[in-house]
Amino acid sequence: MTGAAKTARRREPTLEQREARAGLALISPTVIIVLAVVVAPIIWTFIIAFQDLRLRTLGQTGLFPLEFSLDNFVEIVTAAGFVPALTTTIVYSLVGTTLAIALGLAAALVVRKPFRGRTLVRGAMLLPYVAPVVAVTFVWSIMLDPNLGIINAIGQDVLGWREPIPFLSQRSATWQILGFQFDVPVALVTVIVYQAWRYFPFAFLFLLARLQALPGDLDEAARVDGATPIQRFRFITLPQLMGVIALLAVLRFIWTFNEFDDIYLLTGGGAGTEVVSVRVYEYLIGRGDLSAAAALALILAGLLAVLLIFYFRSPAARSAI
Amino acid sequence: MSRPSLAQGQGVRSVVIPKTGISRERVEGRILAVSKMVGIAFFLIITLLPFYYMFMLSVRPIERLARDPGALFIPLDQITFDTYTEVLRSVRDGGQGFITFIINSGIIATASVILAIALAIPGSYAISRLDFFGRRKVHYLFLAVYLFPAILLAIPLFVFFSRVGLRGSLFGLILVYASQTIPVTIHMLRNYFEAVPESLEEAAAVDGASRLQIIRRISVPLAMPAIMATGLFVFMIAWNEFLFALLFLVDRRESWTVTLGLSQLAGSIEVPTTVLMAGAVIITAPILILFFLTERLLVEGLTAGAEKG
Repeated sequence: MTGAAKTARRREPTLEQREARAGLALISPTVIIVLAVVVAPIIWTFIIAFQDLRLRTLGQTGLFPLEFSLDNFVEIVTAAGFVPALTTTIVYSLVGTTLAIALGLAAALVVRKPFRGRTLVRGAMLLPYVAPVVAVTFVWSIMLDPNLGIINAIGQDVLGWREPIPFLSQRSATWQILGFQFDVPVALVTVIVYQAWRYFPFAFLFLLARLQALPGDLDEAARVDGATPIQRFRFITLPQLMGVIALLAVLRFIWTFNEFDDIYLLTGGGAGTEVVSVRVYEYLIGRGDLSAAAALALILAGLLAVLLIFYFRSPAARSAI
Repeated sequence: MSRPSLAQGQGVRSVVIPKTGISRERVEGRILAVSKMVGIAFFLIITLLPFYYMFMLSVRPIERLARDPGALFIPLDQITFDTYTEVLRSVRDGGQGFITFIINSGIIATASVILAIALAIPGSYAISRLDFFGRRKVHYLFLAVYLFPAILLAIPLFVFFSRVGLRGSLFGLILVYASQTIPVTIHMLRNYFEAVPESLEEAAAVDGASRLQIIRRISVPLAMPAIMATGLFVFMIAWNEFLFALLFLVDRRESWTVTLGLSQLAGSIEVPTTVLMAGAVIITAPILILFFLTERLLVEGLTAGAEKG
């Protein structure tokens, strides 16, 4: 496409109009289905949250009864377990995101330079992310099982644990190191470690792509000036990765915050791992309270929006993105 | 007498500095090389071991597993594939009915691919080539898919499909999967449509080809590898999906998908763990094979733009 062609097009309004019309016609099926299956349901959730819709009576009640009240929100916020679920969600998202990105960065650095078998190693590193979530959570729950699991078998036979650790069903355990006592939230730590394992490949892919596109001359210049490998990483490579890392942090935080499958499948939300999305499911299916579920889901989305606004307003984020 | 000594001192220093520089470079290089090997070994173990464990458990009799849960290797003569026949066989014949789940998942995933691609080809072509009203604002629409949790969307969709009687049907799921994958399919295809030389399309237009003919005869054939990769990506997402399948299909066992089937059976104590492991292998294997066949295209399509930082 040359500049001349562009100006020619601009001079001829009919062609431009025809293009605009064709563009709208071609994009409209996509837009319509996204509006119908994504945007309209989101708006509808707001309506449901202010109504009193129950699963049991769903067939009889009209879908748009005009009684709006804040009861659902009051009920949810004052319910036992609401605040712990919020804290768990935030801790899970923050620590999980950080670990996943750190692990992904380490993985990307390790396979950065070519070596024999590199393609295979890179492929292996993508496995946790690609495999079906139901299958990997099932394998993890069996591996960590107190009776059948290999981790507890090794722990007892080789590492000398006195009794098996119920990784996914124990709320907390007391650890003694050097006379200090630590309360460890066992199940929460386990799901966070799992989360880092499953999602580090995503960070790995993007960081590797960025690493391999970095111009080599800066690094070379630093080497000539006598900078050691660690200094070159710290002062040359890492600053160039910060943009991607910041973007990954936002994306992974959003997705972890909204995550349902992994925790539901691993612990069902028990043993101190109840995050808000699992609680929404509990309201929806367990209690059949559609409106309470909608209200809680909106609180989740609203909180995420607030956190994101704070992040994007912070000076750290502005300099990184 | 002080001048020569100063010169001497300088001379010593100027020799020493590069020396420490080199040795530090070497020491760090050595340490990094070792930690790189350790790192590769670490990542191979944590990524491969769970999948090896999955396969190993699927070919063991359950009694053996209960007796020796710590074994990483099993004697060849103990290997059994009865677990696979049991998990696949229909419930009527005493199995777990995975063959039905595979058919359901296959239908849903294939239909989702067809619908998603049918929408994404014209959509991404329009975004990459045509200057229409709102072209730059379409992305905000797609953001909604990412920003709102799936569980939020699930509530009104659950209500809607219940009311119109589509909740147990596969059709509702197909619609949901296609719309959930639209942002990523459009992102992937757009990059390839942009790479098609515009002069080719202009030449066709001069020869009298209509817009649809240009798309069908020029853009689509040239972007075919990318379309295949995008289609397989949608297939993988639909095959792996769990939440919507759980909400929509859980009431009727004969319409369960593979993921729903495995998760529901994993909760019951009657089905032996090794049989379910065989089920896990069966639902994982096709996805991994598809992924490695298209890895290069997928990775390029997904990370496009990441190199720019």
